[in-house]
Amino acid sequence: MSDELLDTCERVLRLVGTDAEAEVTLTFGTESLTRFATSFIHQNVADAVQRVHLRLALDGRVAEATGNQTDDEALARLVRSTLDAAQLQPVDPGWPGLARVAEAPAVEHWDDATASAEPGERAARVGDFVAAAGDFESAGFCSTEGVTVAFANSAGQQLSGRSTTATMDGIARSGTSDGSARASSVSLADLDGAAVGRDATRRARESADASDLQPGRYEVILTPSCVVDVLGFLAIYGFNGRAVEEGRSFARIGEAQFDPAITLTDDVTHPLSVGLPFDAEGTPKRRLELVNAGVTSAFVKDRRTARALGNGESTGNAVAGAGSWGALPANLVLAAGSVAPDDLVGAVERGLLVTDLWYTRILDPRTQVVTGLTRNGVWLIEDGRIVRPVTNMRFTQSYLEALAPGAVRGVGSDLTLVGDATFGVGAYVVPSLHLASWNFTGGAKG
Amino acid sequence: MAAGASYADARVMDGRHESMDARNGEIEGLTQAGSVGLGVRALIGSGWGFFATADLTTEAAQAAGTQAAAIARASASVPGKDLELTPVDVRQDHWESAVKEDPMSVPLATKGDLLVAATQTMREHGADVALASYDVWDTTKWLVSSEGHRIDQHIRECGAQMNATVNGERETQRRSYPGIRGQYGTRGWELVREMDLEGNAARIAEEARELLTAPECPSQAATDLIIGSEQMALQIHESVGHAVELDRILGWEAAFAGTSWLDLTQLGSLRFGSELMNVTADATLPGALGSFGYDDEGTPAHPVDIVKDGIWVGALSGRDSAALAGLSESGGAVRGDGYNRLPMVRMTNVGLLPGNSSLEKMIEATDDGIFMDTNRSWSIDDKRLNFQFGCEIGWEIKNGKRGRMIKNPTYTGIGPRFWGSLDMLGNESEWTFWGTPNCGKGQPGQVGHTGHPSVPCRFRGVRVGVRG
Repeated sequence: MSDELLDTCERVLRLVGTDAEAEVTLTFGTESLTRFATSFIHQNVADAVQRVHLRLALDGRVAEATGNQTDDEALARLVRSTLDAAQLQPVDPGWPGLARVAEAPAVEHWDDATASAEPGERAARVGDFVAAAGDFESAGFCSTEGVTVAFANSAGQQLSGRSTTATMDGIARSGTSDGSARASSVSLADLDGAAVGRDATRRARESADASDLQPGRYEVILTPSCVVDVLGFLAIYGFNGRAVEEGRSFARIGEAQFDPAITLTDDVTHPLSVGLPFDAEGTPKRRLELVNAGVTSAFVKDRRTARALGNGESTGNAVAGAGSWGALPANLVLAAGSVAPDDLVGAVERGLLVTDLWYTRILDPRTQVVTGLTRNGVWLIEDGRIVRPVTNMRFTQSYLEALAPGAVRGVGSDLTLVGDATFGVGAYVVPSLHLASWNFTGGAKG
Repeated sequence: MAAGASYADARVMDGRHESMDARNGEIEGLTQAGSVGLGVRALIGSGWGFFATADLTTEAAQAAGTQAAAIARASASVPGKDLELTPVDVRQDHWESAVKEDPMSVPLATKGDLLVAATQTMREHGADVALASYDVWDTTKWLVSSEGHRIDQHIRECGAQMNATVNGERETQRRSYPGIRGQYGTRGWELVREMDLEGNAARIAEEARELLTAPECPSQAATDLIIGSEQMALQIHESVGHAVELDRILGWEAAFAGTSWLDLTQLGSLRFGSELMNVTADATLPGALGSFGYDDEGTPAHPVDIVKDGIWVGALSGRDSAALAGLSESGGAVRGDGYNRLPMVRMTNVGLLPGNSSLEKMIEATDDGIFMDTNRSWSIDDKRLNFQFGCEIGWEIKNGKRGRMIKNPTYTGIGPRFWGSLDMLGNESEWTFWGTPNCGKGQPGQVGHTGHPSVPCRFRGVRVGVRG
């Protein structure tokens, strides 16, 4: 498949000719998702993905186009219309040129069986989840995705790769509470619908008949799902080279902006990661340390932001279709600690165990103040013991302050792949965190 | 149908999208996207199967139908109660949105010059980062169903936005125009011309800079709050529109988008807001972003009462959800955002009908309060009950006059309590059909285009100034 796609890429580059700089990406594969609610499968879809993306620069005049037809006539039409559009554009002074020839890391997160998974295999896992929930109503999804991507540019760079991801994600509902659980892997075979269902059901049972808690500042244990949310905002508004360039980022290289327990990398080569070893501009990804023991050490760049910042190469973090957002890490890895999740709870004097964060939105990117709510299970912890479930709460909290020096009391050993990062950009590998303070500003009921 | 489905439909969509971005006086990106393909939907028992392909050959179309039925059979292995569909008149029809100036035909240079000029002006007036962009969508779709529908539609949409960001010592401030999401409609390029981006560029850049030194929004447990129509559009979208989606009410979105605080047994009797509150979902409004001729199940567009005199009376629905809820007909609110997405319940034009006050009168009638406008942040719980919204800008209202500008204004509330405090409503001359081009919902994710007619409103006793 990869060779065929690369041949098509070359065909497109030949159609463009030698007057323009050009890069072309072809994506083929299948994305399938089986969705259930009120304990039955209600939506079940599959999409034979087929996509071609072309970006070209004609004497610095830039245009890009995407299409989903790859016959000769359609490709010729795509090239012609993109060239026509570029000719009408002004020169783009920020055009950074094309990625140079460079090899991508020899990593492939791929499983044949997942790429060709049948609807019945997903439905079986859903059935196992529903059965595990017993009398509790259940909802969620099981998805499989397998894509092959080929990239070529007129500077001679050629890369191809493929990636699979499978996710089982659901909630059980007791009538007064919801409990969630999820699992992701490169391989569907790793996903046990019954185990995920049991976990969600336990949370729903243990959070039933919750009572209100006075708003205020509390210690928190954040599960990996919550930690991904925190890192997502730091990535989009902080470690993003464009945010740095525009002066909107908090990131200051060399400063101890985080607790020493925080070491954060972007690392597609991590064994738990998923995704491709190169970015949308054909730049190979590499392991990039963003925070080393609390000290900010780098931010991510695509070719445009690297040029604008004038201090080096792209870090391989260009995201297709996200040009105006800038560069984003797709494979964040937060280094695990040595504390088992139960022991994290044991270290809390008075605080909350939070399963999920919900509808989080930033109030100010510089200070990283975010508001949102808890969801799918919150419990009060006193003297190291869970004492009772509490109702959902709204918070307004600076994510930067939450991870500031002295603010991280424990890092879990439970390194977990969370298959869908905040706003859907990539998948992160993270442990649970014990944080000293989280500002709950009200109960969800008002 | 030959594969055992009780109902099936097929939709071909040919969609084109063009967007351009300018930053600080330079064009930074032009993207033209096109996709064409077929999506087939089959119903077996309680479950849908859906398969999409970009291959439009007869063989591929037949294979897609077979695949959709196979997926539906897999759905039936974890069954619920058999789904039925509410009846709908079977139509063979053509519909298209009206445009005066085809946005795809406007020269790229004309469009680019507009964005460059607007961003240059913002920079000249104090913006550290000035952004402007436009989007144009041109979609043709054909629907056929096993019941005999044969409907084709041509829908053209466009709009634009711009914003100015300034960086202070420890914060950033931003002003957007016409709103945080711009302004979009099922109209031609005349909509963008009417916005007068360049004429408003200097003002928003200066306001953004002024915000850096403005006092913080005071923290008050209860005050009178006047909200401009742009922020009201967001308020309606989040706390009314999503709450009345029938798939959410039925629990179909429980694990992801969430459910709703509304209980179907209270339809027709529950007080949602004050008597001034009248909300409709009306896909027939000319030029509004959520307008069309037929939804993606072939149900003709028609106005649906959602809240009448403050009482909850209607929901956004499709043929399956309406049948399950015991409603007599579909609300005609089912759409998919491309050939490869399963159509689902989406907002049409969910909006507030105008009253007889005005922004000016609201300010005059307020002794001590705050006026906020232009959405900046939005967060609401999974039942669409508890919200906290932030705006880009606010002003103190003292003794019936607009006073000092304030920064970082936020307000929070609980849906029915908040809407119950509505006591002044802007008039028809202030009625604006705001368009939201980026409403996310569904798994896999879909982006919906929705419209929100709104007017300025006043609410009593609202908590403002929540801070981290």
